[in-house]
Amino acid sequence: MLNIALPKGRLGEKVYDMLERAGYSCDAIKENGRKLIFENPDLGVRYFWVKPSDVSIYVERGAADIGIAGKDILLEYTPDVYELLDLNIGKCRLAVAALCGFRDDGKKTLKVATKFVNVASKHYSSVSRDIDIIKLNGSIELAPILGLSDVIVDIVETGTTLKENNLEVIEDIVPVSARLIANKASFKFKTAEIEKLVDGVRSQIK
Amino acid sequence: MIDTKVLKTEERAAIKLRSLYKSYGYQPFKMSKFEEYDLYVRNKDFLVSDRVITFNDTSGKLLALKPDVTLSIIKNSKGKALEKYKAYYSENVYRVSGATGQFKEIMQTGLECIGEVSALDVLEVVTLAAESLAAVSEDFVLDISHMGIVTAILAECGSNREFSRRVTEHIAEKNAHEIPALCEAYGVSFDVAAKLSALAGMYGDRATVLSRLSEICDSPEAREALSELTELHKLLSSTAVSDKIRFDFSVVNNMKYYNGIVFKGFVAGIYEGILAGGEYDNLLKSMKRTGRGIGFALYLDSLSELDGKGDEYDADVLLLYGEKSSLEAVHSKKLALISEGKTVYSTSTVPSGLKFRETLEI
Repeated sequence: MLNIALPKGRLGEKVYDMLERAGYSCDAIKENGRKLIFENPDLGVRYFWVKPSDVSIYVERGAADIGIAGKDILLEYTPDVYELLDLNIGKCRLAVAALCGFRDDGKKTLKVATKFVNVASKHYSSVSRDIDIIKLNGSIELAPILGLSDVIVDIVETGTTLKENNLEVIEDIVPVSARLIANKASFKFKTAEIEKLVDGVRSQIK
Repeated sequence: MIDTKVLKTEERAAIKLRSLYKSYGYQPFKMSKFEEYDLYVRNKDFLVSDRVITFNDTSGKLLALKPDVTLSIIKNSKGKALEKYKAYYSENVYRVSGATGQFKEIMQTGLECIGEVSALDVLEVVTLAAESLAAVSEDFVLDISHMGIVTAILAECGSNREFSRRVTEHIAEKNAHEIPALCEAYGVSFDVAAKLSALAGMYGDRATVLSRLSEICDSPEAREALSELTELHKLLSSTAVSDKIRFDFSVVNNMKYYNGIVFKGFVAGIYEGILAGGEYDNLLKSMKRTGRGIGFALYLDSLSELDGKGDEYDADVLLLYGEKSSLEAVHSKKLALISEGKTVYSTSTVPSGLKFRETLEI
């Protein structure tokens, strides 16, 4: 039996569709209800929905053998897992954004608001820029508008939200997409099962 | 006579391992809880985590609660006038745990073989690593890799440290899909990029991995490392644990210290590796020692995962007695129950929060 952690939301549904096409269907998952775990014993899979940022924790700790997480989450939390596939969906990028016309003259500590504290710290330390990190949990775009920060480090998909708030990307950090990850110990003891699933999913990547 | 049923998995393993290492002639190594901080600063990349608990001793010297044992054994081996120093240990170490970011006391047992290490010693250490895992659980896997091959392939494209660090991270993640783009960004040739991607997917049955390796090992250094692996494969084939030992290049240790065979062990039911080791001649060199060194450590604290759900009852029998009970009668009843193999908790009032299989009143 393979335990698979899916990220709640639109991305998770897309990923489930890929798994279904790869031959790992579980009809119960499409029914709207309060159930958290869905099992198809004939195909040897058990799915569960978790908060996207928690997928890597479930997989690292072995509660899930396999999971699907955004590269942003993997870069932020650096879990000790195998990253077996780039699913080429859920594509976006981690970027630095600021109010339109903002210029960093480098003369004072840069105030950076973000959910991605580690990614932001690593990015700025790689160019030796002194920063003050402000950790926020949502509505990051608000920070530069209210003067809480000079810039933000966040996920940018189309840039519409930024534009609507008079913000613009000033620097790209890294491209992001959904990745299939596996627990290291599970991979040792369920090698054939995981390889088969990975091959099936690989054939569904566009 | 010791009742082994009351031992926890980690305690049982610790006892088994001690006699295993002793039977191969390894000498016990006992160290103090503290070591000079200087030792760890000079070799901080060798440590799993570079954060250590420090304090000043009575003369003001900076000491540390030991985060590692290997460095102390190497330091200690200086005084030994032996061509080979074989030592085993069972010690608590103090380091930051990855999951919580907090300091943790970790019970660790392991061994080191330092000096004129031969192919036979390498075989001995690898076999002992496998036997150590077998002492914990029959269902185990020992993955072996060779840092010499990784280093040799990286040398083909010059040695940009940042590139080496990032590409070995990808190899450790079995992340072959990001290697081509990374190589392109650093101007690494297509040929080397293909080899590095192949390495990221190199795991499994030893003979299969060896034949695939021979296709990517071109340089003399890589071929030398390959022949060492081939030799080890042949020697391992006749051992009882042969089918549980695989080659897997996602096992990557710091190249600054590890140069030869490196390995990692897993047992079913524990979500992370419980054994890690390898050959660290470069570390010896940096500590001004000659010769070769190889060893491993097994983390005993993670074995508690195997203990299962725990006991359903705190004791089999709750023996309740009142003011009027005869003390002799209570005592002899208690002894009688214990001699039947039951666990007995005797008291005059029902204890709260404890659970018993049956209650007897006298």
